[in-house]
Amino acid sequence: MLKVRNLKSFYGYLQALRGVSIHVEEGEIVALIGANGAGKTTLLNSIAGIISSKKGQILFKDKDITHFPPQQIVKQGISLVPEGRQLFTPLSVMDNLILGAYQRYKRKNKDNIEADLDRVFHFFPILKERRKQLAGTLSGGEQQMLAIARALMSKPKLLLLDEPSMGLAPKVVKEIFRIILELQKEGTTIFLVEQNAKMALGIANRGYVIETGRIVIQGSSQELLGNKEIRRAYLGRGYKKVWE
Amino acid sequence: MVLWNQQVENITREEIEQLQLERLQATVNRVYRSVAFYREIFDEKGIVPEDIDSLSKLSILPFTSKKTLIENYPYGMFAVPLREVVRLQCTSGPEGQPIVIGYTRNDINHWTDISARILAAGGIDREDIVQICLDYGLFGGGIGFHYGAELIGASVIPGPDLDPVRQLLIMRDYRTTALISTPSFALKLIAAIKEKGISLANLNLKIGILTGEPLSESTRSRIEEELRIKVISSYGPSEIPGPKVATECEKRSGLHIFEDQFIPEIIDPRTGEVLPFGEEGELVLTTITKEAFPLIRYRTGDLTFLDQSPCSCGRSLIRMHGVTGRTDDMVIVNGVGFFPTQINRILAQVEGAEPHFRLIIDREGTRDVVNIMVEVSESIFFDEMKKLQQLKVQIEEKIYQVLGIKVNVKLVEKDSLSEVEPKKVVVDRRLK
Repeated sequence: MLKVRNLKSFYGYLQALRGVSIHVEEGEIVALIGANGAGKTTLLNSIAGIISSKKGQILFKDKDITHFPPQQIVKQGISLVPEGRQLFTPLSVMDNLILGAYQRYKRKNKDNIEADLDRVFHFFPILKERRKQLAGTLSGGEQQMLAIARALMSKPKLLLLDEPSMGLAPKVVKEIFRIILELQKEGTTIFLVEQNAKMALGIANRGYVIETGRIVIQGSSQELLGNKEIRRAYLGRGYKKVWE
Repeated sequence: MVLWNQQVENITREEIEQLQLERLQATVNRVYRSVAFYREIFDEKGIVPEDIDSLSKLSILPFTSKKTLIENYPYGMFAVPLREVVRLQCTSGPEGQPIVIGYTRNDINHWTDISARILAAGGIDREDIVQICLDYGLFGGGIGFHYGAELIGASVIPGPDLDPVRQLLIMRDYRTTALISTPSFALKLIAAIKEKGISLANLNLKIGILTGEPLSESTRSRIEEELRIKVISSYGPSEIPGPKVATECEKRSGLHIFEDQFIPEIIDPRTGEVLPFGEEGELVLTTITKEAFPLIRYRTGDLTFLDQSPCSCGRSLIRMHGVTGRTDDMVIVNGVGFFPTQINRILAQVEGAEPHFRLIIDREGTRDVVNIMVEVSESIFFDEMKKLQQLKVQIEEKIYQVLGIKVNVKLVEKDSLSEVEPKKVVVDRRLK
């Protein structure tokens, strides 16, 4: 579904990605793991069109979208849940959701959008309860749910998730990941960026490990979890040799 | 037809190329980071990992060979610390120098998976009783198949180091259905059957997976007839891991290379230049999943050619022809290098000539003189001088055309060469 070949992205003179190639098949959850500053967010933002200074090729359903602007990429069916949620905090939950559908908002589409709201509320019942509340007054977990829900309002085929577990309590993280799995079952393909490698690989089919802008390891989640280098570098906590 | 790993064995060209590119780039990034040998040689040549932006760019990377492995013995080519290595196997260089190869847990899992693919291609399933008559020791030929057969769920009899007669008794009593061995061991079994007068009716064998040595069609059909089994062969140098780089399928027209694990190239062994598909040359392999012992552009020394046309078995993986010779067999005459197998192929195309010959090279002054004794088919009578003369000239011209060397052909009777020293195809008398 998504094919990235030799992506090189730049912030001015600074090169953040050094020839990254990845792919995501329809129906998969694919995880990208790596340390801070390795290029995880850069890769997502490059796919989503937020970073325009790039070389290489991004194909979505065999269409070259490398140099599409973000709104065109959303139209193709790719939606980003950005790092740190980036909600419109002074607006209500409802307004945030409707803005998520902005790309296809037309008067005659209104009924469709109502139906999508129902679908989103089915995934996140708590948002229905709080639909009139201002986004900024939600808890961290609820804000993350709203960010995902807002992305779903554009009816994406491929959902890009940037660190959905960031700053959340373990119990809330579990709930978010449960919903991600449910989204996959409902037919959404997911490309997930995470520092929480264990959680991410726990739900993903495959994964990539990025290091200073380069993919160094790729394989099935099982393989990645079995790789001792990954265990040491990214699963750090709670991993101790019994004889140490 | 049974595909063990359908997802890979039926993959489309576009998908495999994306997968290969991703895995190649990750491998190159890892070796550049973790293996001093690669880092030094890349730096020396001014190569950075991101230069590999397509599969064809593989050709800018330097070769490795047995020599590299010997020079970096024991652990110089390892890309992970030893504590991540769960298995060490070894092989040896041309003069017996040791080479050690490491495997991580994931490497073993990949190895097991490709072993299972080979066994499944031969038709082995969980109902089978598999007798493995291969070395289990440091070389690791047997152990890979052992794991693969267990993964499939077959019943495995590990039977290394037993003589053919004892193997036969086990085969009879345990009702073995599949034999895994070298072709030469299968021939020993046939001899033992005859010697001991064991009736084939008492054996349940139906499948033979023969590996570790080249398998000629005549040996294959002899083994198939005498043991009443269907034989397929697999290929792979022990350092890659052997013999599990490629397998024949039930169509037996070439060996499918496991392209999700290895990228094959064919090069001209004289110049190192990559040859187009279909041309014969040295097989070069790059491993793209190995964690502990990744090899970039490893020169196998084996001569073969690749076939990209689709196989009627349904596997989309590229095929290599069975190994036709070794680069060590290269003969250089007056500065022109060629392989005896090339002469085989030329003779096979000439009507009236048999592909059996002996090459005799002498030095007269500063020139090398090549005499080739060629067997003549029975259909030509030695009294037809004119025909013989025509045939001689025809062969000489054809060899000059293809190889660019002038030779003197001498025609001899059929079967007269195979009786004396059958293996000595090239007699080089220049040094004496």
